[in-house]
Amino acid sequence: MRIPESAPVIQAHDLRRTFGNRRGQVVEAVAGIDFEVEHGSIFGFLGPNGAGKTTTLRMLVTLLIPTSGDALVAGFSLLRQPERLRERIGYVGQTGGTDRSVSGRAELEFQGRLYGMSARDSRRRAIELIETFELGGCADRVTETYSGGQRRRLDVALGLVHKPDVLCLDEPTAGLDPQSRARMWDEVKRLRDRGTTVFLTTHYLEEADALCDRLAIIDHGLIVAGGTPEELKRGIAGDVVTLGVPRDRQAALDALRSQPFVRQYDPLDPSGSAIRVYVGRGETAIQPSCASLNTTGSCSKPSP
Amino acid sequence: MRMLRDTWIVFRRYFGRTLTSPLYMGVSLAQPVLYLVLFAPLLKSVASVPGLPGGGAYNVFVPGLLVQLSLFGVTSGGWGLIAEARAGIIERMRVTPVSGVSLLLGRTLRDVVMLVLQAMLIVGAALPFGLSLAWPGIFFAFVLMAVIALLMASVSYAAALWLRDENTFGAVVFSATLPLMLLSGVLLPISLAPSWLQAVADVNPVLYAVEAQRTLFANHLADASVFRGFLAVGVLALAAAWASARSFGRAVA
Repeated sequence: MRIPESAPVIQAHDLRRTFGNRRGQVVEAVAGIDFEVEHGSIFGFLGPNGAGKTTTLRMLVTLLIPTSGDALVAGFSLLRQPERLRERIGYVGQTGGTDRSVSGRAELEFQGRLYGMSARDSRRRAIELIETFELGGCADRVTETYSGGQRRRLDVALGLVHKPDVLCLDEPTAGLDPQSRARMWDEVKRLRDRGTTVFLTTHYLEEADALCDRLAIIDHGLIVAGGTPEELKRGIAGDVVTLGVPRDRQAALDALRSQPFVRQYDPLDPSGSAIRVYVGRGETAIQPSCASLNTTGSCSKPSP
Repeated sequence: MRMLRDTWIVFRRYFGRTLTSPLYMGVSLAQPVLYLVLFAPLLKSVASVPGLPGGGAYNVFVPGLLVQLSLFGVTSGGWGLIAEARAGIIERMRVTPVSGVSLLLGRTLRDVVMLVLQAMLIVGAALPFGLSLAWPGIFFAFVLMAVIALLMASVSYAAALWLRDENTFGAVVFSATLPLMLLSGVLLPISLAPSWLQAVADVNPVLYAVEAQRTLFANHLADASVFRGFLAVGVLALAAAWASARSFGRAVA
């Protein structure tokens, strides 16, 4: 069963997971969340450690059974069809999952066999992935000798052996140097461009910003905000100044565009009389905004 | 079919890894032989002690040693499993369509094969000292060892997945296997024990396994002790394998 490309490839409904701790208290790691991920996009879960990112991801890849709720991933239900679902998703955990005493090539071939491929197919697929992820120089050495970047690229390659519809990455660049991180971002974007949906968790703002098409910000087990990085940045970074412009909107927009403190502006509606300006600090922006427009402005902070 | 294929693939990986570590192979094969060479000569002089089963010192000691090896030798797999769980390897395998049963049996098969190799070495080394063998008793003796190995490997892997810590695991496994061995009659016959200790030993499945193993070495296949031995460890092995496969497949935090 192929799901149509227009339908969301992940649909989570009221996913919830609680853990009992040692004193018998119940801790709600994920407190009932809903989200959808579009086919062929990069979707990021951003949040601090302990926010519930990894717990959510582990539920999506069938490592954890939800306490309640369900999700459809690649058309299969977490609760009812976990076996079918596993064939359609790839998972790369935080710690990777390569054996230090085995070569990268042997790991890739073994992974292919675990997904039911024949020995010959898994050899061929390993060669492909070694090329794609530029692991040719180290593929036949044991992974103990790999650099952090090489090991992480091998981890991702392992998650892709069976050409999954959805690749789930748990903190894909944690602990990588800036160069390896940039390279990993490029790899992930290339995957997306070839049609693989990528679901990832991160606690790096810049990673969420540079990499993700859409984001959900999660804290204390709840999604507190969601949208594209641009939408979220507007919402959380700085203030919004709403300017009343009774006439000559185009001249006002031109005048605002040339002001260095204006990050972005957003005409409320083309025929209306107000312009929303996104600035770093509202208090200091009102006066020069008004001066440049020769009009009056009011400052309002956005609701989170 | 799928399960057998997957089990074979998992076995191949782990057996391959063992083969590529010659030091590990060497040490684990040498250990039981050391036991034989350094301990069995002591038995020569006690062979005539009343209560010791007949058949000669080596036919008493070697079957017991093999059972002991099945008890202890196999549990070492748990350490490897803890390291693998920490490295994320178990998770990586658990998100594939391979079932928990195959993940467990593939590993266990490696342990069983290693055990059989060790046992063959011991038996071979003991022959010049006066161990006598008879077909097909020896074959069923190896089958019984494999069943004990399945039991111990399953218990060991389940404990490893549950405890997730090498130190705790080591302590628990050692404390659990020690009384099983002491009360099995491997080193000294239980008939020498005071009656309260004999009563405790009566519920030790390993005791029956050792009796069965000695009977098999004497080639008395139809003896009731053979049936008792297989029954005692067989039922436990199936239960342990089932529980362990479940914990392999189950979602663990």
